[in-house]
Amino acid sequence: MLIVVCIKQVPDTTQVQIDPVTNTLVREGIPFIANPYDTHALEEALRLKDQFGMRVVAVSMGPPNAEATLRKALAVGADEAILLSDRVFGGADTLATSNVLSAAIKKLNEQEEVGLVLCGKQTIDGDTAQVGPGIATRNGYSQLTLVDRVDQVDLAGKKIRVRRKLEGRHEIVEAPMPAMLTVVRELNRPRYPTVPLRLESEDREVKVWNNEALKLDVNSIGLKGSPTWVSRIFSPEREKGEIVGDGLHDPKGTSRLLIEKLLSKDLLPV
Amino acid sequence: MTPNFIIYAPLLAVSLLFFSWSCYKRFALIAVGQPENRFEQLDQRIMGVLTYALGQKRVMARSFGLNHAVIFWAFLVLLLANGEFLISGLFPALNLALLPGPIHHLLQFAFDAVSLLALAGVVLAAGRRLFFAPDYMETSYTSAKSAEAFLILGSIALLMLAYFGLHGAMIAMGKESATYMPVSGLASTLLAAVPAENLQALVSFFWWLHALVLLLFINYLPHSKHMHILTAIPNCFFKSLEKPNTQPREEFVKGGRFGAGSVDQLAWKDLLDGFSCTECGRCQSVCPAAITGKPLNPRQVVHDIKINLLKGSLEQDSYVPGQPLIGTGEGSVSEDAIWSCTTCGACMAACPVLIEQMPKVVKMRRHLVQMKSQFPEELLNLFENMEGRSNPWGIAPTDRTKWYATMDVKPFDADTTEYLLYVGCAGSFDSRQKHVTVALAHILDAAGISWGILGKEELCCGDSLRRLGNEFVFDKLAKQNVALFNEKRITKVITQCPHCFTTLKNDYRQYGLELEVIHHSELIDSLLTSGKLKLNHQVKELGKIAFHDSCYLGRHNDVYDPPRNVIAAATGSAPQEFERNHENSFCCGAGGGRMWMEEQLGSRINLNRIEEALAGKPDTLCVSCPYCLTMFADGIKDLQADQIQVKDIAEVVAEGLRPVNQ
Ligand SMILES: Cc1cc2nc3c(=O)[nH]c(=O)nc-3n(C[C@H](O)[C@H](O)[C@H](O)COP(=O)(O)OP(=O)(O)OC[C@H]3O[C@@H](n4cnc5c(N)ncnc54)[C@H](O)[C@@H]3O)c2cc1C
Ligand code: SF4
Ligand code: SF4
Repeated sequence: MLIVVCIKQVPDTTQVQIDPVTNTLVREGIPFIANPYDTHALEEALRLKDQFGMRVVAVSMGPPNAEATLRKALAVGADEAILLSDRVFGGADTLATSNVLSAAIKKLNEQEEVGLVLCGKQTIDGDTAQVGPGIATRNGYSQLTLVDRVDQVDLAGKKIRVRRKLEGRHEIVEAPMPAMLTVVRELNRPRYPTVPLRLESEDREVKVWNNEALKLDVNSIGLKGSPTWVSRIFSPEREKGEIVGDGLHDPKGTSRLLIEKLLSKDLLPV
Repeated sequence: MTPNFIIYAPLLAVSLLFFSWSCYKRFALIAVGQPENRFEQLDQRIMGVLTYALGQKRVMARSFGLNHAVIFWAFLVLLLANGEFLISGLFPALNLALLPGPIHHLLQFAFDAVSLLALAGVVLAAGRRLFFAPDYMETSYTSAKSAEAFLILGSIALLMLAYFGLHGAMIAMGKESATYMPVSGLASTLLAAVPAENLQALVSFFWWLHALVLLLFINYLPHSKHMHILTAIPNCFFKSLEKPNTQPREEFVKGGRFGAGSVDQLAWKDLLDGFSCTECGRCQSVCPAAITGKPLNPRQVVHDIKINLLKGSLEQDSYVPGQPLIGTGEGSVSEDAIWSCTTCGACMAACPVLIEQMPKVVKMRRHLVQMKSQFPEELLNLFENMEGRSNPWGIAPTDRTKWYATMDVKPFDADTTEYLLYVGCAGSFDSRQKHVTVALAHILDAAGISWGILGKEELCCGDSLRRLGNEFVFDKLAKQNVALFNEKRITKVITQCPHCFTTLKNDYRQYGLELEVIHHSELIDSLLTSGKLKLNHQVKELGKIAFHDSCYLGRHNDVYDPPRNVIAAATGSAPQEFERNHENSFCCGAGGGRMWMEEQLGSRINLNRIEEALAGKPDTLCVSCPYCLTMFADGIKDLQADQIQVKDIAEVVAEGLRPVNQ
């Protein structure tokens, strides 16, 4: 049985700046990383593999350089890595992205039964949290979002029970497999790759599937298949707030200023 | 002296055979270690033997050490006496009396006098163990009053007494003269009451006593801590000629094993170390981890490695370990112990026989990190930040230039700037250390130095990675840095951090990068001495300043005087010393990557050091390392000793650069 992990390569957002003139992301020289939530999805898949012996396939849709992120997945123990890359996939929104990923997962299912699809809760660049549910809907899988604990996997009975982390409460849900899970960071602590695995992953194959392999209608993928598009990216204007004093050089004086200010606005209970 | 040849010859033969077999067994075990070249630079090695083994330099560094030195030197002289004894027992005609008279007499006198010294030495040693043993002699597997120790001391005493008894009786019989053997002469007077016909029996008795004790002693050696009698001299010969922390690189090829997860993955010298330990406990007495109650004791590490090695078995050419090297119980080193080490090097500086305790710990870390991905939780972020953003905190590399917001700082350019100021991660990102960077930049400008920085292009030096055993990522980082330094044609580097200092200076040499690396304390010292840097006033406002030697500047790189000179020049008086100073300095607790880990076991190392400082009632603690700065600032807060401030040496000097009226 396969566990498919969807991993998106994202720019390291702590280092991303928005070009104030063009309103686009300044991507030059910014390193790419695996979307942090996705590393938790991968970790969970590896733990299930350790426990049940399922095979883990990491899948990513992106430009050719996304191979680096998949190689890291191989280095921590994924059995196979597939890069979905083709010019015609470019410019995809969440709908078009889900179409490509769903098709790839279906294709994998033809070779070996897919039991679980694991996604991150959301990405740190797009932030829509739509792709996972998009895959579940398209492939008719159970949809378990915001998972922070996997309680039970019943391979024979094809059932999975997980805990979902919601606002102020948890929910325990059981669902038939195949199931798609989106995961939160509390789920686990991703492992660190051992050196032998890293060295070995250096020349393992990252397969590339283009649209010849997936044979999707070009009107359902990429820019053409994307009903939404981005009209503008901008940093919101700072409406309120000011920098008080100089905390670095005069912490005491600054605290005093701050307290006085809060007191004058009647914001501190006296 | 007519022993019974028929009994003695086979006895001697069996003893020597058994002794050789015991030694062979041990050396065969040492040979299971990994190869490592410890034969280069013979002149330095011979010097090492002369200074540390024959010269007993380290031994004598402690109060009672002279006693050991006397016993050791006596032992060397008596080697000859005992050699003669064993041989002339077989062939009575083969003895030292064959030598020219004056030489023979000189030797007789030497043996006689030295035997007395040795006897006094062992009596004192026994007395020390019984009545005033220092507490560091105690440990889990042995104690000052161990039977083994008294067995050895007792045997030596017995040998000396038998020697005097034998020669005393010979003199009493008129077969030897007391002229050159005053002590034996004295012994003969004690035998005056013995009837002449019994003297021969007495000679035989003492001869056999001497022979039996000697043969038993020789055969006991390889099975006891006194194996060091055989291995200490070679151990000093094979000492590491590198800086303590500059351990061999690992070659990352597929199918390789990295670090040491079993004894046979340690180097042969690590195993020789195990047999060379004298169990003196000095390393334990200076180890910050052991002192603060953590589960690490450097001598226990050495001991456990030896026990582990002995528990395994040699089968044909392969060695089969008897128990895991990393684990619990005697013969294994616990993970908690392995992660407790600050790599301060105090153990290595204290060891009389030049054992390398700390590198073994790092080798085990290499195994845990690289083969097992098993390390304290806190390190996961550190490792990822280092690899992803080349700094411990994971801050955006673009922020590396933020410290000089208000200054005019030039990028390094080999054609126009002389020095690279390697700011370092702490100097770039740590809010407190950024003040130090600014102070240093002002000093460089005031002295008219031509300097520049790498800015956004600067990478972490990788010190913490290497000490934590993440050699794989260190290796990548080191290669990137070496390429960057070569590309920029950098040759002279100023650092404000002893960790950057040692890494660029010593570790990168293993990558073929030879740099002139100068710690800022050295540079400021030379600028003040040459008059290039002139202060506007003598710094009095910081009060009494105590100086703390950072491990990586002092012990690891022998930079002791420059910071002291700087303080003296800036303030007009020499700094106050901590009780433990120079090579005896005590770690702040942050080295070896401990900076990035929680300190949950035992008491806190930084508090131990601050408490020591408080004894001298200083106004300012002066440091020369960003980690020390952090640890001290935290410690002072914890102890509510806010009357004391912590300053880097550059800040002390920058104080003197302020106009007088400010
Ligand atoms: C403002 C904005 C502008 C954009 N501009 C462009 C553009 O010009 N060109 C362009 O090509 N794209 C662009 N995108 C990207 C694209 O629309 C989305 O990023 C993409 O569809 C995924 O959506 P998401 O990032 O919100 O993922 P989410 O739905 O938040 O992701 C949830 C999970 O789905 C999985 N997942 C998501 N995407 C992938 C993937 N590609 N491969 C594998 N697994 C995945 C991961 O497990 C992830 O954790 C833009 C996105 C945004 C938000
Ligand atoms: S290096 Fe320091 S902390 Fe580590 S074992 Fe030696 S003395 Fe102890
Ligand atoms: S390792 Fe060195 S310092 Fe420590 S107990 Fe052994 S001989 Fe003494």
